[in-house]
Order: sequence, then C-alpha cells, then structure tokens
Amino acid sequence: MEPIRLLEVDGTLRGDPPVDLDETRRLFTAMVTARAYDSKCNAMQVQGRLATYASFEGQEAAQIGSIAALRNDDWVVATYRDAAAMWFQGYLWANLLLGRMGDERGGAPPEDVNVLPPSITVGAHMIHAVGLGWAESLQGSDRIAMALFGDGATSEGDFHEAMNFAGVFSTPTVFLCQNNGFAISMPRQRQTAAEWLTNKAIGYGMPGVLVDGNDLFAMIGVTRDAVGRARAGDGPTFIEALTFRVGPHTTTDDAARYRSDDLVEEWRRRDPIDRVRLYLQRSGGWDEAWETELAESARGAIEEAVTAAESVDPFEPGAIFDRMYSTPTSAMDRQRAALRRDGGDD
Amino acid sequence: MTELNLAQAINSALDLALANDQRVVLLGEDIGVTGGVFRVTDGLYQRYGGDRVIDAPVAESGIVGAAFGMAIAGIRPIVEIQFLGFAYPAYDQIVSHVGRIRNRSNHRFSAPLVIRIPYGGGIGAAEHHSESSEAIFAHTPGIKVVVPSTPYDAKGMLLAAIADPDPVVFLEPIRLYRAVKQDVPDDEYLVPLGVATTVREGTDVSLFSYGSMVRESRRAAEALSGEGVSVEVIDLRSLAPLDEEAIVAAARRTGRAVVVTESPRTAGMASEVAAVVQERALYSLLAPVERVTGWDTVVPLKRTEHHHVPGLKRISAAVRRVMEA
Ligand SMILES: Cc1ncc(C[n+]2csc(CCOP(=O)(O)OP(=O)(O)O)c2C)c(N)n1
Repeated sequence: MEPIRLLEVDGTLRGDPPVDLDETRRLFTAMVTARAYDSKCNAMQVQGRLATYASFEGQEAAQIGSIAALRNDDWVVATYRDAAAMWFQGYLWANLLLGRMGDERGGAPPEDVNVLPPSITVGAHMIHAVGLGWAESLQGSDRIAMALFGDGATSEGDFHEAMNFAGVFSTPTVFLCQNNGFAISMPRQRQTAAEWLTNKAIGYGMPGVLVDGNDLFAMIGVTRDAVGRARAGDGPTFIEALTFRVGPHTTTDDAARYRSDDLVEEWRRRDPIDRVRLYLQRSGGWDEAWETELAESARGAIEEAVTAAESVDPFEPGAIFDRMYSTPTSAMDRQRAALRRDGGDD
Repeated sequence: MTELNLAQAINSALDLALANDQRVVLLGEDIGVTGGVFRVTDGLYQRYGGDRVIDAPVAESGIVGAAFGMAIAGIRPIVEIQFLGFAYPAYDQIVSHVGRIRNRSNHRFSAPLVIRIPYGGGIGAAEHHSESSEAIFAHTPGIKVVVPSTPYDAKGMLLAAIADPDPVVFLEPIRLYRAVKQDVPDDEYLVPLGVATTVREGTDVSLFSYGSMVRESRRAAEALSGEGVSVEVIDLRSLAPLDEEAIVAAARRTGRAVVVTESPRTAGMASEVAAVVQERALYSLLAPVERVTGWDTVVPLKRTEHHHVPGLKRISAAVRRVMEA
C-alpha cells in the first residue's frame, strides 16, 4: 500500500494544495514554534529544570496538520508526546511546561479549550475520545473528538475496545495513530503481524487511511475527510500516519541500543518542516528574512512561556488534599492536620 | 561474592534461573534488546536469545495472561511490568485467573509464575511512575507479594519466588535499584518467602516497614538514638503472607509499634500490621500503634512529592509520640 502524499520530499506538489499560501505560512510558523519548544525542553531537562521529557521532533506535520483540520472547540485527547498538537488546539505552552516541571496545574488548560491532560498510560485514552464525541452527539452538538496515539498503543486491549465501540455506535471519533517506527525499543513489526495498522480498521467496520505523516498537506487532507465524516454523523475513521521519532523515546532513553544512526539520518532527510519550506520557496511564499524573524519570535514566545511557568510558586503542602474531591473529605482534613503537625519530608 | 546493587542482584538471579532451568523464560516490554527501562535484564537477551528473553508488544494484560497459560503448561515465566502504574491493565488476569486457578481446579492446575514490578516514589518521576499500590495485590487471594530492600535479599528472594509453586508478585523499589551495593554470593541461594527480618536491634520501639521505607526507617532510628531512643527496625519483606509471628514478637518485646509505608493510608499494609498487633499483642502495648504512610491522595508530582512520601521527619515525629504516650 502507498501512503497518501501531496507534497514530495523536495517540496513539489501533487494535485491541489489543501490550504492557501497564507495558511501554509501560518502552519509552517506553528511547526517551527513547536520545534523551538521541543529543543527548549530538551535543554531544560539537561539543566534539571524539567523532569523526563518525550521529544516529538519529526512529528510536527502529523500533529499540526491534523489539528489544523479541526474546529477549535473539538475535543483532543493525546499522549505525553503530543505537545505540539495540544498547543495548536489551545493548550498553553506554559501549562505544558508546568506539567513537565512536576506541577499539577500543568493539567489544566484554559476554560474554553477542550483538550484533556496528556495520557501517560499507553492506550487508555482512545476510548475516552469515543465517550467525548458520543456525549456531544447525544447532546445534539456536532463537535467531534480526536485521539492521538502511537503504534505501540494499538497493542493494548483498550485499543480494541475503543475501535469497537466507535464502530458499533458510529461515534464522531477520529483515531490518529502516529506510527513513528518504535515503541521505546520495539520496532513496529513487533507490535503486530499485520502489514499495516490500517488493516485493523476493516475489522471494526470503519475506513482506514494510510498517509505520509511527514507531509503537512496530506495530513490536513486526510484529517479533514475524517472530521467531515464524523461531523456529518457518518462515524469514525482510523488514520495511520507514517512518521518517525527522531529523538530518543524520552530523555532517559538510549536509542543507540536499538536503532542505527543511518535510519535516523534517512528520516531526517524527510523532515516535515524542510519539506514545507521547499514548497514555500517554490511558490514564492518564503524569504530568508521572514524565516529568521519568525524563528526569532518563536523562540521569544517559548522563552515567555518558560518565564511564566517558572514564576509559578510550588503549591502549599496542604494543597494535595484540595485536588482529590470537589470538597475535601474528613480523611483529607485529618491528614492535612497531620501534615501540618509533622511537616513534609525532605 | 560480588559487590552488586539491587538491580544487578536481580539480574544475577535471572541469569542463574535462565542458565539452570530450561523452562524459565522472561517476558516483558523492552526487556530484550535494550535490557529493560531500568536495565535489570541487561545482557540476558544477548546471552539467552529472543526465544527465552522475550520482547512483548505493549500489552500488560496480554503479557500476564500469556504467562499464565505458559505457567499452566509447564513453562516458568518471569514477567516484567515496566512500572506498577502500568500493571493495572493486567489486574483482571491476576485477580480473576492467576490467583484462582489452583482453587478453581482443585489443585489440578497451578500457575507458578513471577511478576516483577518496579514500584514506589521519591525520585520525582512522571505521573503513574511512582505508584505504591501493593496493598491491592496483597489483598488479592492466591498470590504472594514480596518486596526486597537489599541486594542480598533481592537475589535470594527472587530465586525463592521462581522456585515457588504459586504465583508471586515481586515488587522492586525503584529508589533502591542503585542506592547501595552489597556483597552477594555468585551462586544460587534462597531467602525464604514469608519471613521478616530485623535489620536493626533496639529496645524501645519497633519500626515495621519494607522496600524503600526500610532505608528511611533506619535513618530515623539512627537519628533518634542521638535522643536516647532505642529503635528496632524490622523489614517485613513479605506482605502476603505476612510474618505475623515476627510482628507479634517484636510488639511484645518493645511495647511500641510504628508502621511505615509510602502507600495511601486507607486499607493499606500499615493498617494490616496494626490490626495484627492489636489482635495478638494489645496487652503488651505501652502506646497506640502509629501509622506513617502516604496520604489518601495520588502521589503528587515532583514539586510537592516530598509532602507525601514519608521520611526522617515524619517517622521521627511518630516515634517520639509513641515514646511520650
Ligand atoms: C499501560 C502502559 N504500559 C507501558 C507504559 C510504558 N511506556 C511508555 S511509552 C511506551 C511506548 C509507547 O509507544 P507508542 O504507543 O508507539 O508511542 P510513542 O512513545 O512511540 O510515541 C511504553 C511501553 C505506559 N506508559 N503505559
């Protein structure tokens, strides 16, 4: 099977672009901003300012392109590796950073943003997207829900239950699988004996679409179709976006143990941002001064978010008892008193 | 003898088990090529091959369910779950099948498998990576639950777990994986399951704990000796079965009991130990039993985790209270 592709690696276009030049420039800027966030996080982790970080470098087109096809009130449930997608749907960089600093306020996006905190348990959140979209249709709304997950997540039993529910109840759900080649050390071939993950869709009675996940335009196109079907009441779609995690699994991972530098280099040559730059250059939508300036302001925006996140004081010790229930229970009150009496530990 | 840390001691036990018993296989996520996320299985895939050190898909229920079937049919599987917070998808297999097959088949079938799971907090990890829900497993009939706190015990207890005819959940304190080194015999030896051990003698108070809380309890005991309080520290090592005789004997000896766990307080192991003391040593007690535990909250993230996981301050405060009572 050939993945759907609209932009060749050299930036030439096959067919019509799904968005105009202005929008392409906006999405290019978003991808550059996301990458600036990613490299800032890697640097901060090394400095001890962030806990473990999971880089999404190389997956910017899959994340920005798919979100570009959503309405800004649609639901998104995603993973620890999907900060670019979450941000583009309205989550704040500062919140994402706070989460990585180890602060629960990182899990709270602005009121009007329908994005759940990132799922860290692999596979559990896909069925949540089913419930979210289902609730919208039960309430007469045409909001849809999109779940982002990796190739490894398709091995969990919950994947089956999510796909099955979505098919049976024809829920407005988009399943976006970023097949980035590996689940920690395990190559995709070790997750399923199927040739493509899209093969699974047929078993659940929904369309499965294979797409070049490093192609911004193709990502917009296939997600738009899936979103259109969902919004029209025609049910779920499974998308397999072929992409690659250029960095290690997380900052604690040593990727040299399980994959070659050559493979990484091969994928770097298919970089999703370079591809759009080449397209913009061919279309007369790019000049060096423009990119220098946008890269500068992207870094500025990320620095601002870092300052905002780092200026948030840690919670008071007793705050851990305030988050568990709408109103603290008597046990919470007793335990808060005990913590006050004995102090927290070092 | 070789000086090993806890992770290396477990590796050494797995190595011996694989070498000495062809029925032993390892099954888990990223345990092969890359040696496990904590490198506990480092080198074993290279030594024994992918048919015996098996990299599994990301599917905890599948891993435990398959291991259960293997165990019934004559294989001796040793499962690794990456973190305790990721064992929950497998819980149905454990509670509904692994812990029950001997009973429901009236001994016709049994499932001698070991489920190794890193657990516990105190290292500022991401959410779900610091769980201490051992009580859930101790509460599950038909399985044994053990927790080593030293390299020597880790190797001997793991070999005992592998030899055990029943399923064992083997919890490994993440915080202690590389904390200390100890001389560990190179050959096979067994540390029997179900037996607590006294790791520090004392006459005024008995501190009961396990896993990484043993180290915190010892710290507190040392500090309190400066205040003239003689504290005994008992490493329970086995949560199911619990060594009731050791608990009762200690409580009768000192008359004061403090139980330290990092798990949530309600219905936790500290409550169980307190109940045993109350049932069998009440009239020897000079003070109410104190529980020093994590709170009934999820483990807070890095910035405030230290308000949750007990350490020197909270343990010492509890000991002073039982001394003053
Ligand atoms: C239920 C569960 N099991 C195991 C893990 C440990 N773990 C974290 S990420 C990961 C691999 C996931 O791979 P994939 O779904 O392909 O996503 P990627 O990390 O490649 O983006 C594993 C096994 C987890 N977080 N949750």
